[in-house]
Amino acid sequence: MANISTSAPEKVGLLRVLGPAHVWALGVGIVLVGEYMGWNFAVGKGGAYAALIACWFAGLLYTCVAMIDSEVTSTVAAAGGQYTQAKHIVGPLMAFNVGLYLVFAYTMLEAANAITIGFLMDAVATMTGHEGLDQRPFIVLAIMFLAWLNYRGVLATLTFSLVITAFAFSAVIVLFLATAVLTGDSPLRHADLMTDLPYGWVGVLAAMHFGLWYYLGIEGTTQAAEEVRSPARSLPFGTLAGIMTLLIAATLTWYVSAGLMPWEYLGQAGVPLFDAARLSGSTLLMVLLGIGTLFATLASANGCINDASRAWFAMGRDHYLPSWFGAVHPTYRTPFRAIVFLVPIALIFALGAPLDQVITFSILSGLLEYTFMPINMIMFRRKWPLDSIKRGYVHPFHPIPALVLLTLCGTTYFAVFLGYGTQLVAMVAFYIVVSLWFHFWRYRFVNRGAQFTMPWPRPKGY
Amino acid sequence: MARYKPPVQSKFSQIIDVIVLLVLAIGSLYVPLFLKLAGRTVASVPQDAPTWESLGQNPVMVEKWLQLGFPDPASASDLITARFDYSFSWSSLVVMVVVIVGYFAMMIRLSETEYREVIAEKFGQADGRL
Repeated sequence: MANISTSAPEKVGLLRVLGPAHVWALGVGIVLVGEYMGWNFAVGKGGAYAALIACWFAGLLYTCVAMIDSEVTSTVAAAGGQYTQAKHIVGPLMAFNVGLYLVFAYTMLEAANAITIGFLMDAVATMTGHEGLDQRPFIVLAIMFLAWLNYRGVLATLTFSLVITAFAFSAVIVLFLATAVLTGDSPLRHADLMTDLPYGWVGVLAAMHFGLWYYLGIEGTTQAAEEVRSPARSLPFGTLAGIMTLLIAATLTWYVSAGLMPWEYLGQAGVPLFDAARLSGSTLLMVLLGIGTLFATLASANGCINDASRAWFAMGRDHYLPSWFGAVHPTYRTPFRAIVFLVPIALIFALGAPLDQVITFSILSGLLEYTFMPINMIMFRRKWPLDSIKRGYVHPFHPIPALVLLTLCGTTYFAVFLGYGTQLVAMVAFYIVVSLWFHFWRYRFVNRGAQFTMPWPRPKGY
Repeated sequence: MARYKPPVQSKFSQIIDVIVLLVLAIGSLYVPLFLKLAGRTVASVPQDAPTWESLGQNPVMVEKWLQLGFPDPASASDLITARFDYSFSWSSLVVMVVVIVGYFAMMIRLSETEYREVIAEKFGQADGRL
């Protein structure tokens, strides 16, 4: 039998061509779609006010994520992001799990984006008198096109993301200005549409579940660490600028949508910002937000393919997965096998599962990843105190952000439990089984010392 | 410490590994859907001959429903009356907490064992032996 698994992958590295603007585009590009769809399910779980409270508490959660991530990533600048951090700071099994969190969070988000593209096409077709459009070709086409773009090169891919993300973000700002600021007779009717909390305060807790969707994926900026020209400067700058952008966009989105739709509709809408534009009475805004929705979903799916494939590639390179996946394309310098391999998985979920379920799968993987981050941060500071290695960025007030993050993660587990408890237990059960599989079977194929690649001193306490 | 030399994995075994991972991932996510155990615990409260008033909608809300393409109260009734069921048993909450905490505890413990091997091989034993 041919034995090829442990042969070294091609000795071709990823290209360092990205700047801070690309990092911003990667982070915001993945997430901005959360403003165009998905966040509004928080309204369904707790009412409009609950969604606003969830928006800000989730914003606090992600601010902690961005602060922690910026410090660790400015030091661990390697493909795989949090996976590589876990490998150097916590240990191989944690790293394997974190790698899978990343892959599934992004692949499910990619599937959710493709579903939304199909839904948008159907909505536009219905409005133009063509009811019953088959959404599946659009879903398949979107995923295949973006996978091809990713296959061909990272610079073109993220430049494409930069342009369409800037457009989608501008569309949110224009919608806000046109409905709330620049018109004499504003169409916003908050006084008539806002209601008391329909579920009381338990609804506010429950809304935290989809509150994460406003920002989910911002931590993906770290995946580009090996392709950024100056990671110590660009990654913290791009990540922190990204979270500020999203806090503004999320609040504006809530304000405009809650002022235009009854909460019962908003809480179940497929494309709420497009609906908001429709209700504004302006055809121009409707077209703008329709294109904005399309661009936001494409940018997000694009970033997701980029990030999921980097995480899969990094695990293949370390033999956590078959090393065949750790290859770089000799011409395009991209992790092409990982990109192609993840396409059918995204398609299976995009074509076969409901949107809220796919979003929940993505959120759960993200939530497990955020639970890992405070553990990672506390261990990082203990094993390598501030004076032991040079950091590109040091986040203030340690360990308060880590403890706040851990508390908010605990709250969000309870929020998911309210209404989606079965998925939560099923997903954690999956991670328990694969952890045992990795520890007792797969790990035997992994070199021990070779996993530690950072030029750091021996960790304190070892 | 003697350097660990991993065994060579056959191509067939690599393929099996990928299949196992895929089956576990897709299975664990899809099985709850197939068994109808997953999904929102939402129920609508149907009304006979609902009116906008009986559905608790004021004139501005009615105007918005009409703009959104719901021409009468009956067409919007299911959406308006849909509510999550947030009742839960404490025992199921305890199970969830145990599962999550147990998962992280297990992972940190097993990771620590593996990590000590990595550090020992990379930097040598703490007592200076290689």
